[in-house]
Amino acid sequence: MGRVIARRLLAALPNLFGVIVITFLLTRAIPGDPAAYFAGASATQEAVEQVRRQLGLDRPLPEQFLRYVADLARGDLGLSLTTGQPVRQELLARLPASLEVVLLALVLACAIAIPLGVAAATRPGSWIDQLARLVTTAGVSLPTFFTGLLLAYVFYFLLGWAPSPLGRLDPVFSPPPTVTGLYLIDAALAGDRALWWASFKQLVLPVVTMAIFVLAPIARMTRASMLSVLGSDFVRTARASGLSSSTVLVRYALRNALLPVVTTLGMVFGFMIGSSVVIEKVFGWPGVGSYAIDALTASDYAPVQGFVLTMGLLFVLLNLAIDLLYVVIDPRVKIEA
Amino acid sequence: MSSSTTIGHVRHVLSDNPVTLLAATMFAVFVLLALVGPFVVPYDPLASNAARALQPPSAEHWFGTDALGRDIFSRVIVATRLDLSIAFAAVLMSFLIGMPLGLAAGFFGGWWERIVTRAADTVMAFPLFVLAMGIVAALGNTVGNIVLATAIINLPFYIRVARAEANVRRGAGWVEAARLAGNGDARILAVHLFPNALPPAMVQVSLNMGWAILNAAGLSFIGLGVRPPEPEWGILVAEGAQFIVSGEWWVSFFPGAMLMLAVFTFNLLGDALRDIFDPRRRT
Repeated sequence: MGRVIARRLLAALPNLFGVIVITFLLTRAIPGDPAAYFAGASATQEAVEQVRRQLGLDRPLPEQFLRYVADLARGDLGLSLTTGQPVRQELLARLPASLEVVLLALVLACAIAIPLGVAAATRPGSWIDQLARLVTTAGVSLPTFFTGLLLAYVFYFLLGWAPSPLGRLDPVFSPPPTVTGLYLIDAALAGDRALWWASFKQLVLPVVTMAIFVLAPIARMTRASMLSVLGSDFVRTARASGLSSSTVLVRYALRNALLPVVTTLGMVFGFMIGSSVVIEKVFGWPGVGSYAIDALTASDYAPVQGFVLTMGLLFVLLNLAIDLLYVVIDPRVKIEA
Repeated sequence: MSSSTTIGHVRHVLSDNPVTLLAATMFAVFVLLALVGPFVVPYDPLASNAARALQPPSAEHWFGTDALGRDIFSRVIVATRLDLSIAFAAVLMSFLIGMPLGLAAGFFGGWWERIVTRAADTVMAFPLFVLAMGIVAALGNTVGNIVLATAIINLPFYIRVARAEANVRRGAGWVEAARLAGNGDARILAVHLFPNALPPAMVQVSLNMGWAILNAAGLSFIGLGVRPPEPEWGILVAEGAQFIVSGEWWVSFFPGAMLMLAVFTFNLLGDALRDIFDPRRRT
């Protein structure tokens, strides 16, 4: 098993390298002269040259790349021009807000999509199968910003069930003392019931919006994988041995069918990271996505590049984690090695 | 398959599945709107009229008016051309670049295949929407760069499809026969392998169209690419977003619904194309 894990770790290296190369090329592709840009609009010719030397932009490209990697290794993502703060610090401060939405959305989407996929697979052609088909096709067609606004209109404006769809917390509350940065956990740790409930209410709409978006791929995969498992010999044998249908379905079929679903989670995470940018804009959510949008609007490049790089690295590591998880839960992978 | 049986099969699929027929009809309507939209809309999509700002849908303004009194119906219809053009240009670009790259990779193998698949994997190593954001941010905030970014993030899918098709066929008897008949590599790729890779690629094109529309609209929703007052579905939704909390739902709703309908159409069409081209993979 150690060898399998080592091989998977090695296989992730080219992707990690690729992500770094692409983001490096993007930093050098800024329209115009990056040195003039970073020196500021009123800089003299000399000042621009000085910035160019400081940033190492007068060096050959391979050397610039090595410097870029060295900065990266020290966790240096540059400074934000608008706030003057290090990009890494600002990204780290805002990451928990984004993660809280993504993680809850993943749990919610799985909780709905997996039973739906199983039900569709056990009764192919039935109304529930048709419903699953409709949900999966509609789910991938919905622009997340549209779903988000629609939900805000119905649940905030019409029904008044949801709080004002702006930010992580109603302004009358102050955030819980930071432990994990996830408000639900921090509020629970602080033992503040009202605060927990307030942050939960703010989370509902963004989380549901994102969950609707990623329901489709999970349900589709569960259905397809469940269908193939239900048609296999061991399920027929289990049925013929007189095991109850629920035992066959859950203990034999579902456990095997979930393996390919775990693999799709990587892709699903990619969707969620992308859609979180848009969802954070809709709900005024102070996460990394809205940070990148604000920087984009202000033509502040370092935060945008820091964001793209961080999300790229995070995504590669997540896929690696899923690969490793796969090794742990699927005994066949160990045997193949 | 001769052309008459192909037409028969298409007719069979259309009549067998009403959803497919609906998708084909909606597709035709969208194409028509993109072509003639600007000539048939009742109002100038850019003409503001402060006296009629933020009016709910009525007989005069079917989709209501926005904060500047512009007719939303006209703006939504006129936007069709821009949205479809961006998506079409992007998908065409990834098709034209991805297919030759992928076919050559699958056909020749070796270091060329390694480079191409590695490049495709590297693009796929990113959350694609985030990469598109980064590309547009780096290259400049223009519609051309939205097209380019969308083309780049779709490229791996075409490379993979083409590579897989070329890979399984490169040793086939008829490829050997074509070679013995004196055809060069380039001619075998273009005349013999390309047509075989076309059906799965067309399915990809249709599914990608929906996805490209969503992607471009998402980018302009967050303020990249298309600039106001140019009507574009993503921007139209963004312009109405602030009015949702005060109850003026129509400003965002109609462009959003139109966008959703367009994506839905292409996704259904992709499923239908799959049924036509590859009945075995029917789900």
